[in-house]
Amino acid sequence: MNGVHDLGGMHGMGPIEPETNEPIFHARWEARVFALVRAMGAWRKWNIDASRHQRELIPGPEALRMSYYEKWLAGLLELIVAKGLVTRSEIESGHASPGSTKATPALSANAVSQLVARGAPANRDLRVAPRFKTGQRVRARNINPVGHTRLPRYVRGKVGTIDSLHGAFVFPDSNAHFKGENPQHLYSVRFAARELWGEDAVTQDSVYVDLWDEYLDPA
Amino acid sequence: MHDSDHDHDHDGAHSTVPPDVALRVTALESLLVEKGLVDPAALDALVETYEHKIGPRNGAKVVARAWVDPAYKKRLLTDATAAIAELGFGGMQGEHMVAVENTSRVHNLVVCTLCSCYPYSVLGLPPVWYKSAPYRSRAVIDPRGVLREFGFELPKDTEVRVWDSTAEVRYLVLPERPGGTESLTEEQLASMVTRDSMIGVGAVQTPLPGNNP
Repeated sequence: MNGVHDLGGMHGMGPIEPETNEPIFHARWEARVFALVRAMGAWRKWNIDASRHQRELIPGPEALRMSYYEKWLAGLLELIVAKGLVTRSEIESGHASPGSTKATPALSANAVSQLVARGAPANRDLRVAPRFKTGQRVRARNINPVGHTRLPRYVRGKVGTIDSLHGAFVFPDSNAHFKGENPQHLYSVRFAARELWGEDAVTQDSVYVDLWDEYLDPA
Repeated sequence: MHDSDHDHDHDGAHSTVPPDVALRVTALESLLVEKGLVDPAALDALVETYEHKIGPRNGAKVVARAWVDPAYKKRLLTDATAAIAELGFGGMQGEHMVAVENTSRVHNLVVCTLCSCYPYSVLGLPPVWYKSAPYRSRAVIDPRGVLREFGFELPKDTEVRVWDSTAEVRYLVLPERPGGTESLTEEQLASMVTRDSMIGVGAVQTPLPGNNP
């Protein structure tokens, strides 16, 4: 979707404000939201793409005002309701509805180190040969889906060069909508800064973007 | 992390946080515990992991090893995931790693324009500026201006490569080893490597000692 999350190339967002001795979390609630998102993710009722898309669905004007962990909280609330883990009335009351079943087993403290150490690899075996090879010129497709995509607006329609092949990866555009992993080859595509931003860009500069097979056409 | 007395202290990007958000999070956690959906001890363990165990010191060890061991550096630049795993790092948000090397000719910079993808396994959790719109919007269109904002001017003939983390591949910048460090140990070298230098927005810290992110 062409949302405010797709920021690449925009002006007017203000100065970058690095903070000296920045704490990992700025408040306890941020740490709890971070942990809740990870712990609830362990139920595997959704995937990382659905989780990202849920945050993209926050209306733009609100999203621009919200902090990072507020967006995480908003996305989590929507997902747990959509997946039937809790109801809206339970969230409002703060208590489990009478007679609701108790889930088991939740992620335990002992399982955390394994969850962190294992992560969630997104590469998949695929018996299809890659369509493109290193050095080949490709054009990013001009698509504007209303759903989730990881094809940023600033490269759509632009010509780049395949820099390397990463292997086959889960395709976010389908996975985010629970329509299957649809694994396909993922390429690192090099776009010259001048191709993206015009003649004023520095000749030798470039942007590398990881793009799935379906985002690309031969050029 | 600030203690709970500071929950309502906000600055910069946090200034618009509604005061009741901390209460809402507490209520949500207690509901999820009541329903058996989360174990608070697991939440504590997750927070502890990223506050104290996994952070930019991991990445600094990788960089220092690459500086002192040419064979390791070669493995790092060929298969970063495996090379980083040799030092015991990997897993969540570091499943698929690529290391990109800064040289006298090439400068690399990492961003995620679509969200805030970041290599947790080697750098820990991202700082607020990395997750915020000003950096994410401008890193791809004006990397030299962004670097100027971080305090350094790149030579005109340097080649800038910006890496936009649009997939599950995570990028680690291998900064250039500063001159005059030949006599330093691997540990001393690691202490010079800043978090920002591994994102591509900062310099390696000199003189010693320095171990701020």
